[in-house]
Amino acid sequence: MRAPDTILPLRAEGLGFSAGGVAILSDVALTLEAGSPSIIVGPNGAGKSVLLRLLHGLLTPSTGRVLWAGDAARRQAMVFQRPVLLRRSVLANAVYPLALAGIPAASREARACAALEMVGLAALADRPARRLSGGEQQRLALARAAALSPEVLFLDEPCASLDPAATRAVEEIVGRLAARGTKIVMTTHDLGQARRLAGEVLFLNRGRLSEQTPAALFFSQPATPEAAAFLRGELVW
Amino acid sequence: MNDLGAAAATALHLVLTADPALAQIVLLSLRVSCSALLIASLVGLPLGALLAVARFPGRSAILTMLNALMGLPPVVAGLLIYLLLSRSGPLGHLGLLFTPGAMIVAQALLITPILAALSRQVLEGLWEEYAEQLRSFGAGPVRAVPTLLWDGRFALLTVLLAGFGRASAEVGAVMIVGGNIEGFTRVMTTAIALETSAGNLPLALALGLVLMTIVLVVNALAQASRDFATRAGA
Repeated sequence: MRAPDTILPLRAEGLGFSAGGVAILSDVALTLEAGSPSIIVGPNGAGKSVLLRLLHGLLTPSTGRVLWAGDAARRQAMVFQRPVLLRRSVLANAVYPLALAGIPAASREARACAALEMVGLAALADRPARRLSGGEQQRLALARAAALSPEVLFLDEPCASLDPAATRAVEEIVGRLAARGTKIVMTTHDLGQARRLAGEVLFLNRGRLSEQTPAALFFSQPATPEAAAFLRGELVW
Repeated sequence: MNDLGAAAATALHLVLTADPALAQIVLLSLRVSCSALLIASLVGLPLGALLAVARFPGRSAILTMLNALMGLPPVVAGLLIYLLLSRSGPLGHLGLLFTPGAMIVAQALLITPILAALSRQVLEGLWEEYAEQLRSFGAGPVRAVPTLLWDGRFALLTVLLAGFGRASAEVGAVMIVGGNIEGFTRVMTTAIALETSAGNLPLALALGLVLMTIVLVVNALAQASRDFATRAGA
């Protein structure tokens, strides 16, 4: 049986990132396999957002490298903490990345509409995107990322600015995407969210990857004292 | 005072009855400034967009120069074009001097830096907001330019109106390269200058009224565009 054409596993070797003389990430090595969501947790300033951007390719590492198993250029997408929407309608926003990806015009609108259906925004397709509520905007950001059918979806604290109802809607969509086979790589500072969504947990502290553990094990028996302190709700640095 | 009152009344009459001489001057002015705006925007907007997204050594020097050129005195712009188009100049064979064509060129030269500098400012702000998300979608700076131009459309409309306002209000450039020839290269601003110095106040006042109206309309359109953009969530 031939191995499927996939860009996973994603490997990082000796990954480091410095800015202005400050080392934000040091010597991070990890492997992300296809499967259940990988959630990255850690205190603020630990380097979670930087790590995500390095893996997605938005930042160039100062040291080390990021290795995909295939050509990852158009098979990954990212959702940011604050959605950046174009000054156009909801539907136009969902279509835009498809146009960039070179998807033929005939199928673009259908795919975009399907994505909007999935996140429950189909009724708002003609509304100016920037008039949506925060939760709706983030769902739109998810829809347009999902419309690309990426193999890997990065999410950087997608619910940090959302109220609980919107958070729940976003988590539900993320769960559905994970069930459909999209690899989710997400950062969060909300431990409850991590408990709800994680298949495995990566604990980042002070720029270093302290742990990469299956979720159940991480929450019951963290391997490092920092992780244990973090889970207890203490300030860790 | 009575003369002034009489002049004002005559001026109003000229405007309201669309006096042919008045109409001809106004239409020529609009034609010249609109054509200049078209040419200047074809050069200025893409230039502004590229400067907004590109980073290269010497960029800040170019931006400084562009900003300085916004203050290019209209007479100097007129002088430069005159030197180019005069019979002893490099483009003298085109025979454009003292025609509306030369006036269009001079005004286009005048407002291109304004359109480029202001659109650069608008689009750079937009690019800062969009860069990370667009790059995540695989769109580099150059591919982003059409997106920025469309998404910034309301702010860019205001920029275009600013350019048009500058062009339609200037005297020096069109005076030098046009020559203020009656019925051929006489526009509102040069006509006002001439008629006032000749003591022909009614026509000067009438032209002044029309010019002010155009300026007010342009500004009202710019404001309306901003308001519409805000309300439409753009």
